Amino acid sequence: MCLAIPGQIVELFPDQPTAAMIDVVGVRRKVDLGLLQDNLPVKGDWVLIHVGFAMSKISEEDAIDQMRMLRMLGEAEFAKEEVEGYGLEDS
Amino acid sequence: MKFVDEFREPEVITRTAEEIRRLADPGRHYRIMEVCGGHTHAIYRFGLKDLLPTNIELIHGPGCPVCVLPMGRIDDGLSIAQDPNVIFAAFGDMMRVPGTTGSPLEHKARGMDVRIVYSPSDALKLAKNNPDRHVMFFAIGFETTAPSTALTLVRAKEWGLHNFSVFCNHVTIIPAIRAILDSPDMRIDAFIGPGHVSTVIGCRPYEWIAKNEHKPVAVSGFEPLDILQSIVMVLRQLKAEEAEIENQYKRVVPWEGNRAALGAMAEVFELRPYFEWRGLGFISQSALRIKDSYAEWDAEKRFVVPGVRVTDPKAAQCGEVLKGVLKPNQCKLFARECTPEHPIGALMVSSEGSCAAYFNYEHRKTEMVISISSVA
Repeated sequence: MCLAIPGQIVELFPDQPTAAMIDVVGVRRKVDLGLLQDNLPVKGDWVLIHVGFAMSKISEEDAIDQMRMLRMLGEAEFAKEEVEGYGLEDS
Repeated sequence: MKFVDEFREPEVITRTAEEIRRLADPGRHYRIMEVCGGHTHAIYRFGLKDLLPTNIELIHGPGCPVCVLPMGRIDDGLSIAQDPNVIFAAFGDMMRVPGTTGSPLEHKARGMDVRIVYSPSDALKLAKNNPDRHVMFFAIGFETTAPSTALTLVRAKEWGLHNFSVFCNHVTIIPAIRAILDSPDMRIDAFIGPGHVSTVIGCRPYEWIAKNEHKPVAVSGFEPLDILQSIVMVLRQLKAEEAEIENQYKRVVPWEGNRAALGAMAEVFELRPYFEWRGLGFISQSALRIKDSYAEWDAEKRFVVPGVRVTDPKAAQCGEVLKGVLKPNQCKLFARECTPEHPIGALMVSSEGSCAAYFNYEHRKTEMVISISSVA
């Protein structure tokens, strides 16, 4: 559970400044940006996500490497499952 | 070595492995502890041990939150959820972890309302969607996860949501490292520092390890090259008889950490005077509890908690494995009484635990070789 999941910010919500829609290998879910409030990401930025919260901003290159590493670790499916599990209110 | 071609930049990996061999003094035995369970998993999965000379031994540290959680805490959490009005919410990692009366999943089969959530904020939404029920989130994790629980509690207070609480088992990594260094049979030369914990706490909290204990630390990423580069960093320091904190994972870890995350933790949590760790025993100021200003959302204050204590079986030698005195397969119970299917000791409980990782990769590999050679 130490491994973070890379995702890209695809939508921000003017009425919810600490939420963002992210895309992780085609799965789109809302995550919380509260832990990046000192340096909020913008649309198109890449972030590392852990338990539904964006933890750090990263480069696109690092995001691709991180996803590749999750695949090599056999964790990519779990990561996808985790992201699919986010956003209870939408279900 | 068979994995090298699949890695990113295989030539750089080969060169880095060669550098490790050049730096390692053949007359010396090196014990390097990777603190984080994610690193342990990566080291086994990538077969990195095969790239290292035999006199470099990687010791697998205490950074697996599921592994170090005492069984009594699981019993306590489940006892609260015996109340049919309570929904027990936890991460999937917790579901198969045994308490003395069974795992959360087994309790679910017996009728308890147990739900998997992937985020603490989803446990909060569960409370919002079930106003007539009480949702208790069973929180585990190091500083990587604790800020998310903290922000969730801040939101619970803001929203005035009173049917939600957290059973807090968050632990902090530094006191566990200190406990390992303080133990008389300690035999660690250097540390590979946790990557994602450090995105939150930064690198400064490790400085005492270099200054006072004279042990090098390299905060590391999780890719094969990251881990090998971190080994190069600590070997160079050991060779020069230096001890510093180096940040190999600069692309993600800021030296000062994440101020918003640390702020959220400071708002909600305070240190417990002491907390029990499976395999390590009681460690002072090593875990977080919820501050009185958030008492309403603290399951330990809202409910009667039995305070169950379960001592680990004496035959399990988790403490010795954690300190690097024994390798996983040198424990008397390894692969006999204690297996990933029926874990007895702490380190066999989660796939990130060192014994489970050793069992899944090294032990099964050896067994396969034995069975293939006996067929031949």
